[in-house]
Amino acid sequence: MNLYAVRAIYSFEMARTFRTMLQSIASPVISTALYFVVFGSAIGSRMTMIDGVPYGVFIVPGLIMLTVMMQSVANASFGIYFPKFLGTIYEPLSAPISPWEIVIGYVGAATTKSIMIGLIILAVSFLFVPVTIAHPVLMLCFLMLTAISFSLLGFILGIWARSFEQLNLVPMLILTPLVFLGGSFYSIDMLPPVWQTVTLFNPAVYLISGFRWAFFDTADVSIAVSLLAIGVFSAICFAVISWMFATGYRLKN
Amino acid sequence: MPPIIDVQHLIKSYAGGGRALDDVSVEIESGEILALLGPNGAGKTTLISIICGLTRITEGTVSVGGFDVVKDYRKTRALIGLVPQELMLEPFETVFETVSLSRGLFGCKPNKSYIESVLSQLSLLDKKDAQMKELSGGMKRRVLIAKALSHEPKILFLDEPTAGVDVELRRDMWNVVTELKQRGVTIVLTTHYIEEAEEIADRVAVINGGKILLIEEKDKLMKRLGTKQLRIELQAPITTLPDSLSDVDVQRADDGMSLIYHYDVKAERTGITSLLSTLASEGIVLRDLQTYQSSLEDIFVGLVTEENK
Repeated sequence: MNLYAVRAIYSFEMARTFRTMLQSIASPVISTALYFVVFGSAIGSRMTMIDGVPYGVFIVPGLIMLTVMMQSVANASFGIYFPKFLGTIYEPLSAPISPWEIVIGYVGAATTKSIMIGLIILAVSFLFVPVTIAHPVLMLCFLMLTAISFSLLGFILGIWARSFEQLNLVPMLILTPLVFLGGSFYSIDMLPPVWQTVTLFNPAVYLISGFRWAFFDTADVSIAVSLLAIGVFSAICFAVISWMFATGYRLKN
Repeated sequence: MPPIIDVQHLIKSYAGGGRALDDVSVEIESGEILALLGPNGAGKTTLISIICGLTRITEGTVSVGGFDVVKDYRKTRALIGLVPQELMLEPFETVFETVSLSRGLFGCKPNKSYIESVLSQLSLLDKKDAQMKELSGGMKRRVLIAKALSHEPKILFLDEPTAGVDVELRRDMWNVVTELKQRGVTIVLTTHYIEEAEEIADRVAVINGGKILLIEEKDKLMKRLGTKQLRIELQAPITTLPDSLSDVDVQRADDGMSLIYHYDVKAERTGITSLLSTLASEGIVLRDLQTYQSSLEDIFVGLVTEENK
């Protein structure tokens, strides 16, 4: 394994994160704080408890997941798309490095950044509401698995996109609705029965539900199903990336 | 000694039916400088891209250092440094960071002093902390060369290295190339500028329409294909050519003060002796003689024009 290459890509990408600190970290933190003010305090104060948890606290895992999913896709897709756009992708493609080492470098950096943001949001949430975490280790595992799987999705998107417009299209048209309707701000029990069934086709539901279980020990779907969903989702992403590299899809002539 | 790059019956075709390379076979010897000459769209960059692993092979084999570029890509790519044609760099990175990234990508341990020595060789050391967007086009070209040399490659590909480059950089670049050659690095450069090939190449390959038209030592090529020109300056002008020279390829020039004679250097008889004795018998007195070798450009244009007919 070309560890120096993985390290070089990872460090290069992380340096970009730290160089653009304000945009990378401050902006998701500020927008999440706004969510707390609006949904947690303003609207939440007029809502009843959900599953025995005050609404302001209930939305914490959902908000973290929402940001982590969106950030993972955005970071990983930009990470691989930008060199493609500039043409600098020629270098990793002509270096003695395997496709999976390229993935580890780029996806690893995107994952790290998302996890950092997730943890910062968690820290910020302590300032607003009294959050308790029932299973801290599993919470971290869920956070990591979600960041990795959505970063893989972002990597696919970055290779697929031919323009910045396409790069933004998928998150805007597909991902944002899926994540918003995935139960970030509500329990799926609160939906009418038909929509509850429809929601079960949304993969974000399983991730958010599992993550919420790690906090409050209650979930919309069972934890095993949530883990299985992340596993299946990641497996699909791995399969697509393997196919992309095997065929040189939008990377090589 | 086996060739360091061995391309055999290489074909590159596209889904649309176009063929970028058509049964190309080239053997590049270790330590030589090979100039790949050809017009736009001839297949130069495609050939380089395949050797470097950027483009997939349709048919044929390519080996570098005795290893197959597909099966043993880690071994072959580690030997190669590539300077691409386009100025492709991340605008917000510094010179040092981007060159360090290249070294890492090629599996080398970080080595600050080595990178600084490469930057110094390319007159970039004082710019090491500058961002790419602050650099001129010529400086960016230097950075690309530094990136390609960052992992101490045994083979260097320079794809149109002097396109849009000033005289100073061109001189620096050839100094670097000469030094690399002395260290045993094999250099393959593609160019439109024939004088570059003429100046530094050991061998020249002419490619057009995806086919190698010829590959030969530069000096031999020029001797084999070149015609020479003999310029005869006269003591006194002549108004017409004597009838005895009507069958000879000779023209009056400079208002009759000179005669120009074209001859084939590869011919068994150049015809110079008989021309001079005819001039003597006609009583024409000579003042000076000069010969000119035709340039690679003349040879190149001749070959490509012939192929396109």
